[in-house]
Amino acid sequence: MSAKMPEMTYQSNPEIGQPYTRNEMACHDLSIRVRDLNLWYGKSQALKGLNIDLFQKNVTALIGPSGCGKSTFLRCLNRMNDLIPSVRIEGLVEMDGRDVNASKMDEVALRRRVGMVFQKPNPFPKSIYENIAYAPRMHDLVSRKADQDELVEKALRDAGLWNEVKDKLQEPGTSLSGGQQQRLCIARAIAVQPDVILMDEPTSALDPISTATIEDLMDKLKEKFTIVTVTHNMQQAARVADYTAFFHLGEIIEYNDTKVMFSTPAQKKTEDYISGRYG
Amino acid sequence: MSDSFDQISQQLKRRHRKSARLKYFSMGALGLAAMFLLIFFADMLNKGLPAFKQAMVNVEVNYSEEASRSGRAAIDRDLSSIVSRSVVRVIPLEMRNDPSLLGTTQTRWVLASAEVDQYLKGNRARRLDADDMARIDSLVASGQIEMRFNSGFFSRGDSKMAELAGIMSAVVGTVMTMIVTLAIAFPIGVMTAIYLEEFAPDNRLTQLIEININNLAAIPSILFGLLGLAIFINFFGVPRSSPLVGGMTLALMTLPVIIISTRTALRSVPESIRHAAFGVGCSRWQVVKDHVLPLAMPGIMTGSIIGLAQAMGETAPLIIVGMVAFIPDVTASFTEAATVMPAQVFTWSGEPDRAFVEKTAGGILVLLAVLISLNASAVLLRKKFERRW
Repeated sequence: MSAKMPEMTYQSNPEIGQPYTRNEMACHDLSIRVRDLNLWYGKSQALKGLNIDLFQKNVTALIGPSGCGKSTFLRCLNRMNDLIPSVRIEGLVEMDGRDVNASKMDEVALRRRVGMVFQKPNPFPKSIYENIAYAPRMHDLVSRKADQDELVEKALRDAGLWNEVKDKLQEPGTSLSGGQQQRLCIARAIAVQPDVILMDEPTSALDPISTATIEDLMDKLKEKFTIVTVTHNMQQAARVADYTAFFHLGEIIEYNDTKVMFSTPAQKKTEDYISGRYG
Repeated sequence: MSDSFDQISQQLKRRHRKSARLKYFSMGALGLAAMFLLIFFADMLNKGLPAFKQAMVNVEVNYSEEASRSGRAAIDRDLSSIVSRSVVRVIPLEMRNDPSLLGTTQTRWVLASAEVDQYLKGNRARRLDADDMARIDSLVASGQIEMRFNSGFFSRGDSKMAELAGIMSAVVGTVMTMIVTLAIAFPIGVMTAIYLEEFAPDNRLTQLIEININNLAAIPSILFGLLGLAIFINFFGVPRSSPLVGGMTLALMTLPVIIISTRTALRSVPESIRHAAFGVGCSRWQVVKDHVLPLAMPGIMTGSIIGLAQAMGETAPLIIVGMVAFIPDVTASFTEAATVMPAQVFTWSGEPDRAFVEKTAGGILVLLAVLISLNASAVLLRKKFERRW
């Protein structure tokens, strides 16, 4: 692999929640700290004692076989699991020194700082303009029409969609192609200026060209945002992620710098999974 | 060894015959239903359309001193069996409103009696003797009696005189009752559905409420009438026979229809839209108000209009709260006595006079026209506001 490889030393006993190996190129300011996170759906436990530190302005990929809890974990970060009545959560998810699961934490405030992009593009059945402008207006980020126009343009530019839609902002968002819809959803998420963007298999419903566009976009977006993405596609994780966490049966088996994880995995299970022996 | 094609088709023959038989049975059922509908409409039109025509007589009206006391004196005594008895009341009323008429004589068209009307429409008129008939025939020949469009049927209230009876007061009563029904049932029904569908936890209590709402939709409507009588009239003292109490009673009946259709409409909004809205930081109420409700609105409207149409055709509960009443004048307020269209039809159907048969059918035609246009507007609303996602 890269020439830097020998400098990265495998730590046999890393600090709890830290990746085994640090990527020297990446930013290491803490964004979200997770400690002893357990989650139950009714009686069955879906997440078992998770510890992980997610770093700002990095892309962290969550990989693992189906049903391993990676999407469930992702939804813990903006409390989307609150919508499921039977869910019970224990443990700490900390952002900015605040426990996001605390009763004092307003989930609306949390979701304003932690945006989300879903597996299937789900633009609102409103105009392209309204898709972007709705949330900032709701959160009182803009008051004047001119500010709103500016914000819509900026969000669409950041999502790499502006040139394709600038002449048809009043057309319904659902009239776009699948890949464009997904970028519209990304633009919608970044329009409220969040710190973190969660992506739940954002490209699994898209064709390879749209997927490549979204991957390039993630690379650009990480200059401003912390991105946590769930993916089934290991090549994608290898391409876009700075860090990768491997989930198996509700546990994090390995959390490491992506390059190291894919070249020299520390655990046998990780190696089996990424070499395609199961999953 | 496997069967040859011939062997297989041999076995299939029976199955094909069976499915063909079933197809013909279903087509026959549909044909039968269509035929009944056709017969019903043809019969209604045949009986009801004559109600929109009315015989008028051109007579000399003498506005004398005596006529201001009894209208009958204003018209030639020979014609008294031909002209409607309504002149007794109408002419003195005219003279009171316009005193300058006193002492003048005018030739004008007045209503013919129901007997004349029926005779000219080819029905039996028992009270007319041979002389009358001969006189009528000669008046028709000289153009003094004409069949004209019966505008009075749409502008007057009920009357014991068939030629004077109109459906206006019933139409106004229906409109007022429906306003009350909609004003009560729509907000309560939609809010209830939103709470149950979007906010309420799924537990024993909400399941119990759900079952009861579904049962409510299947309760015989006359029981709602009894409830209205016992609670609204006897306990709360709402004036009986009024559009207010009728509307409240029908609202109880319409409520489950609106709740159920609203819940179905809310449930048909894809979950991904809710997730998207929660994802950008909407509160639960904002999710409902800005995203779910606009998408569910066509379904809610359609359900409400269907519920309203159902309530509009309802008679039984209104009998109990006293809305089957004789209302000659158009109701002016929500607390006055009123009647509704189906109740008016019911009243007319009980009248002994031959002339009321066509009134009954005419009333049904008006009611049908209103119901069909309501249902059509439901379909149009659905088409207009339907959005794709």
